[in-house]
Amino acid sequence: MNKNYLAILIAGVGGQGILKAGTLLGEAALLENKKIISTEVHGMAQRGGSVINEIKIGEVQSPLINKGEADIILSFEPAEALRVLDKASPETYLIVNTNPIIPLTVSSGLSTYPDLNLAWKIVRDIYPRLKLINARKIALEAGNSITENVVLLGVLCSVPIFPISTESMMKAIENGFPPKFRELNLKAFNLGLEKGKEGISLL
Amino acid sequence: MQVEDILNQPIGSKLFLLGNEAMVRGFIEAGVSVATTYPGTPSSEIGNVLHHLAKKADIYFEFSVNEMAAFQIAAAAASTGVRAVTFMKHVGLNVAADALMSSAYIGTRGGFLIISADDPSMFSSQNEQDNRYYAQFAGLPLLEPTSPAEARDMVKYGLKLSEDLELPVILRTTTRVNHVRGIVVLEEIETRPKKGYFNKNPRQFVPIPSFAFHMHPLLLQKLTSARNISETSPLNRLERASLNTDFGLIASGIAYNYVRDAIDKWGLNVDLLKLGFTYPLPLNLIEDFVSTHTNIIIVEELEPLVEKEVRALAQQNNLSSCIRGKYDNTLPRVYEYTPDIVEKILINLINPDKMDNPLFQTPEFKLPNRPPVLCPGCSHRATFYSVKRALQEKGIKDSIFPSDIGCYTLGIQPPYHAADYVLCMGSSVGTAGGFFRATNQKIISFIGDSTFYHAGITPLLNAVHNKHQFLLIILDNFTTAMTGHQPHPGSNIDGMGDEAPRISLENVVKSIGVDWIKIVDPYDLDATSSAIKEALDCQGVKVIISRRACSLLEARNKRKRGSWKKVIINTDICSMCEICIHDFACPAIFKTKDLIQIDASMCDGCGVCINICPVEAMVWEE
Ligand code: SF4
Ligand code: SF4
Repeated sequence: MNKNYLAILIAGVGGQGILKAGTLLGEAALLENKKIISTEVHGMAQRGGSVINEIKIGEVQSPLINKGEADIILSFEPAEALRVLDKASPETYLIVNTNPIIPLTVSSGLSTYPDLNLAWKIVRDIYPRLKLINARKIALEAGNSITENVVLLGVLCSVPIFPISTESMMKAIENGFPPKFRELNLKAFNLGLEKGKEGISLL
Repeated sequence: MQVEDILNQPIGSKLFLLGNEAMVRGFIEAGVSVATTYPGTPSSEIGNVLHHLAKKADIYFEFSVNEMAAFQIAAAAASTGVRAVTFMKHVGLNVAADALMSSAYIGTRGGFLIISADDPSMFSSQNEQDNRYYAQFAGLPLLEPTSPAEARDMVKYGLKLSEDLELPVILRTTTRVNHVRGIVVLEEIETRPKKGYFNKNPRQFVPIPSFAFHMHPLLLQKLTSARNISETSPLNRLERASLNTDFGLIASGIAYNYVRDAIDKWGLNVDLLKLGFTYPLPLNLIEDFVSTHTNIIIVEELEPLVEKEVRALAQQNNLSSCIRGKYDNTLPRVYEYTPDIVEKILINLINPDKMDNPLFQTPEFKLPNRPPVLCPGCSHRATFYSVKRALQEKGIKDSIFPSDIGCYTLGIQPPYHAADYVLCMGSSVGTAGGFFRATNQKIISFIGDSTFYHAGITPLLNAVHNKHQFLLIILDNFTTAMTGHQPHPGSNIDGMGDEAPRISLENVVKSIGVDWIKIVDPYDLDATSSAIKEALDCQGVKVIISRRACSLLEARNKRKRGSWKKVIINTDICSMCEICIHDFACPAIFKTKDLIQIDASMCDGCGVCINICPVEAMVWEE
């Protein structure tokens, strides 16, 4: 088997800024003259439904990721990480925001939210490169909860196999936000990066 | 990246563009004069980008009232010699199909490109019809791109082809082209005259029977020329394996990506014929290919259009190659393809030894469904709540809810179950008459403002004239919300971003002859439910306009202004009756083990829950 690209899957809930995170990644790749292709779902799926963004950096035609072939999974929400586990292999880096968004189906008693402590135990056994991050907390530290997506980009940047430099990511963030939100987002990114670096090399 | 970059960046710049954005760049590079649409996923962003850029790019752009009008405007514009495009989602082309069929007979002078954005797997649609059939049906050349960059290229190619053949051309994309982002290198912008001149020629442009009689053979002639162009078109190309092989793969459109990736990844030694110009097919090229390979595999998403023609060709020419595709059930006929699906099938057929799949078991978790829902603060939710309350108070249990196409179709979910029957745009109004004539049940239909302008007016007129009886609730939120908030004839702005006359909903409804009209604010639950109750007691066609701006759009404005007042729960007072969850279902309100809570980051501050809570536990934050 011949694989000349890196596959990144971003998962979460519509409205969490997943599309924005994807375009920032693309802009950064472009700054480094890397080939990148991605796909996202718009429309119905954005009204609070499950959303995924599949990205490949390297030589390949289709951005869609095969089962078991994601190199990195970045999930903005815990249950959504469990939903896309079929795309992971034991080598996959799994970065998961620990903040649940409880779907209406759970509140109304139609279904139940998984017991996360138990879930992580099972997951870590098979996928040892699991990293849990409280992005909400870090975003608030940075100054605003809306920066969760950029915090997570920072964490993503700390993954050893991630092919885009921190400088390019920061440049893309600078270009990607209006001046008055720049500082806030850069701060969020850097806090994410720091948090990510803690222990990631051990994974 | 800014939207303006699509227009302003220098030639040679690389941009990371959505397929839909790349096509707009194509319009700009091709010097298009007129562009029209009715928004629909997955084509919507084409219009959104043009809405920003049209003026600066010197393109006339409009959000037409529906796809039929959009088609007609672009067709006529192109007949004057300028270049024109019309774009829509696949089912939108059904609305324009009457015009489409005639446009093939009539032909065109300037380039006329019809973009059909298909939605295999139905991410945001009511079906996954394969619009390549329209090309065959009408007799129009068909192009199928595989990436954003190729979509841009094919816009230009298609417009030129249309001029050469004097025939409209269909560019058929799928969600995985429209909503894929890839790198596009900007090319030169052609300068063309933006105004044309209409040279009268009724024999060409007016298909009365005696003229149409001659148009059909002419169309077939044009298609023969098109076939000749297709034979040598760079859009159909052969990619040879390094060694001689018996295996010949034919891939059309987006399926090419999956086939190419599988070949490269697994080092398969096969020849590949990539087809981008898929009607008329290059039959000589295909015949050569099929006759020189004993094993042919045809990979195309959805319907076996290419396959059928290849099989017919093989039969006609006595070719004995083994042909595999959908007719023999090698490949699926439903849903979009993925690299996974295509790769497994190919390896199984070509090189089964390569299947070294170290399949390990993914742990299974019981996960809650997370279907899309109405936004927090959505006015539709408040309307649905009032409908439910009114019906309850009147003791009506079996009313029928014909619904329509828009965000409010999401009312289908619990607790509202407010969508019982949907056919197409405008069907809430038309089908209501059928239910009225065939049952004694009460009928409450739901339609959005944009959908009403699009396809609701004519059936309403029909209902009044034919004395049907039902309540129509027009959910007026001043925008085409589902597809990303495009303006419509009820807005005071048009596609170019200029001020535009607002067509008043109530005036339209009144002028049709509806006597009973009420306008309500859905956040006012009491007023809304009493209007509904009153309507249910009246004869004839009743219309309630439930009017309140889309909360998602409003939230954006609120964000820009800073923070806004939200609602919090006084947990000491909350009696855990859970009415706010089970009967109202705002997604910002959720239940943990023994508490009801409001997620402040999601709360829109609409305040409706304050009036729903029976013990006044919901209060404005200080
Ligand atoms: S986009 Fe607007 S209309 Fe659609 S669900 Fe959200 S608030 Fe309601
Ligand atoms: S005010 Fe109440 S109903 Fe409105 S969004 Fe907030 S929690 Fe939901």
